[in-house]
Amino acid sequence: MSTFLGMPTVRPQPSRPPRDPLRWGASFPHAAHETLADGQLRANLRTATRTIRDKRRRVTAELDDWEQLRDAGAAIKASAMARLPDLLTQLEESVTARGGVVHWARDAAEANEVVTGIVREAGAREVVKVKSMATQEIGLNEALAEAGIDAIETDLAERIVQLAGDQPSHILVPAIHRNREEIREIFTHRMGDAPEGLSSEPRELAMAARAHLRARFLRAEVAISGANMAIAETGTVAVVESEGNGRMCLTLPRLLVTVMGIEKVLPTARDLEVFLQLLPRSSTGERMNPYTSMWTGVTPGDGPQEFHLVLLDNGRTRALADELGRQALHCIRCSACLNVCPVYEHTGGHAYGSVYPGPIGAILTPQLLGVGEPGGPAGAHDPTGSLPFASTLCGACFDACPVKIDIPAALVHLRERSLHPPGPHAPSATDVSMRVAARVLSSGRALRWAGRAVALVGRLTGGRAIRWLPWPGSLWTRVRDAPVLPVRSLAAWWARRSLR
Amino acid sequence: MTAPSTARAEMLGRIRRALGQSRSVEVERHYHRTGALVAGSGEVLDLLAERLEDYRATVVRTDASAVPRVVADLLDVPSVAVPDGVPAPWLAELTAEVRRDEPALTHAELDDTAAVLTTCRVAIAETGTVVLDGGPGQGRRALTLLPDRHVVVVEADQVVHSVPDAIARLDVTRPLTWISGPSATSDVELVRVEGVHGPRDLRVVLVDG
Repeated sequence: MSTFLGMPTVRPQPSRPPRDPLRWGASFPHAAHETLADGQLRANLRTATRTIRDKRRRVTAELDDWEQLRDAGAAIKASAMARLPDLLTQLEESVTARGGVVHWARDAAEANEVVTGIVREAGAREVVKVKSMATQEIGLNEALAEAGIDAIETDLAERIVQLAGDQPSHILVPAIHRNREEIREIFTHRMGDAPEGLSSEPRELAMAARAHLRARFLRAEVAISGANMAIAETGTVAVVESEGNGRMCLTLPRLLVTVMGIEKVLPTARDLEVFLQLLPRSSTGERMNPYTSMWTGVTPGDGPQEFHLVLLDNGRTRALADELGRQALHCIRCSACLNVCPVYEHTGGHAYGSVYPGPIGAILTPQLLGVGEPGGPAGAHDPTGSLPFASTLCGACFDACPVKIDIPAALVHLRERSLHPPGPHAPSATDVSMRVAARVLSSGRALRWAGRAVALVGRLTGGRAIRWLPWPGSLWTRVRDAPVLPVRSLAAWWARRSLR
Repeated sequence: MTAPSTARAEMLGRIRRALGQSRSVEVERHYHRTGALVAGSGEVLDLLAERLEDYRATVVRTDASAVPRVVADLLDVPSVAVPDGVPAPWLAELTAEVRRDEPALTHAELDDTAAVLTTCRVAIAETGTVVLDGGPGQGRRALTLLPDRHVVVVEADQVVHSVPDAIARLDVTRPLTWISGPSATSDVELVRVEGVHGPRDLRVVLVDG
């Protein structure tokens, strides 16, 4: 239950807009400390994640070939990665043959430059946008704003996030951190044309957004979208959505720009039959999402008459170079892993300091940014380097993933990369303690003496939990109690027992 | 801007280096490549109707002779857009003003049109989906987007059981719109609200016999 006092209480989350949408805020543990203090957020997340995961479980159980679909999805993705150069050039040929223009962008800056150039050339000052993780990742809206172009997000949640000045906190429902009262307030103060006396009823809020965006759809000259899939053999691009804002953007303007990560390419049209079953059921927990649009280049007399496809790298080839980590590129952005993750459910998306939160974000973001590479982010106290540690390794994400990405294995692997970048470096506290432990455990004599020392401390503390230790022990006791120490070592107990 | 060909060559080079000696992967498809139910059968039509109603779409089942009557009942609005290729007899009993897309209606005119009447290319029973491909009787995509009510006539032989059945019948290079119920959002506290930007009202006429 929230109290609403009618004052402008909505502050952007995070409070300052990040320079890099993939890397902001403090390390994961610090950021999590802040978000964990927000009881309202935790309650919202608990309800939301439970609702979606129950729906997902119901509709995936309905298909008796669900596991076979997952296997096929995983295999298609792995096979597409292995043939990526061929598939991308084939896609380029098919799109070009159908009247589209293909661009290649090595990084965020280059992609933003390409898109801004196209919009400028078209003479547009305003563009409508379909929800897209790729354009979030490169900070396209901010780049367009710098060029004097107003980018309007048209997905309801994405519009809420944009008007609030927030970063998204979930891949599928980016405004999940906002409740209806906050949304009412954001609309009333920031939308410009919100109806008088707008209530916080979800239906009323949705209708206010419909009216607000309708005029903008009708006058839009240029639209920008992402892509869920693109078919190399035909040049077909697909976008799945629910609200119809996608159809508006993909149909009404005369020019369409689609920004797509290179990993989204699929070999054949037949592959659609796998992903159009896996994605909606895993994502919103529906048998099918309300609308899916597919287009191939330009169709005379139907939809945009100019089409540009921007193929984006921005760290994806880095991830591809890691044989174990590259499976993060198989991700179809369904967000099932977020909804089953006990860590995400408690901390929310903002603690991850990236537009990609949750388990998949914890393995994708570090790889896009080259964690542990020379000059790359590293270490458990770095905003990006700490992400692979934001997990209990319970494996729920692996079970939920429609393309069977082994997220726990990738997390462990990336922990290693984060803590042990190649090249010479000073030993960390963990390194030192592990070396000491190795010495003690490899000698019976040393272990006996260590046992006696521990038992002595155990008798001195009288079987009580130790809540505070001086440094370096404080690194442990700051976040958890030290275990109750035994008053006798196992060896000593055994010796007494055999004497009896 | 740097030469575009530089970006292309460099990205393809990076990918090749990253892949190194990676082996190709065989794709095995052990999922159901065809649905268990026969296209156009009574069971498949029942399933489609049930699944569409689950999305809160209106479903009316009828035989071919009653289509004009049913369509007229469902289109009790001032105006209806009608693309080329909709059978003329279906319009016989309409009371609504018929707007042809010839010459092409402007976006403003379409926005001002209450409803649209179309055929479809294929329908998927298992997922409650109707697919349009811009063929005869379906029109260009804007036509089925701006009017608030969409009445679509589905013939029994167009109804298949599963998603793979539908993909087998489709030419994906045509502009495709897959419609599964009216537009919807769950963005505010995950409360489902039907009807946001697309047609808020989807009415399916299922013709059997």
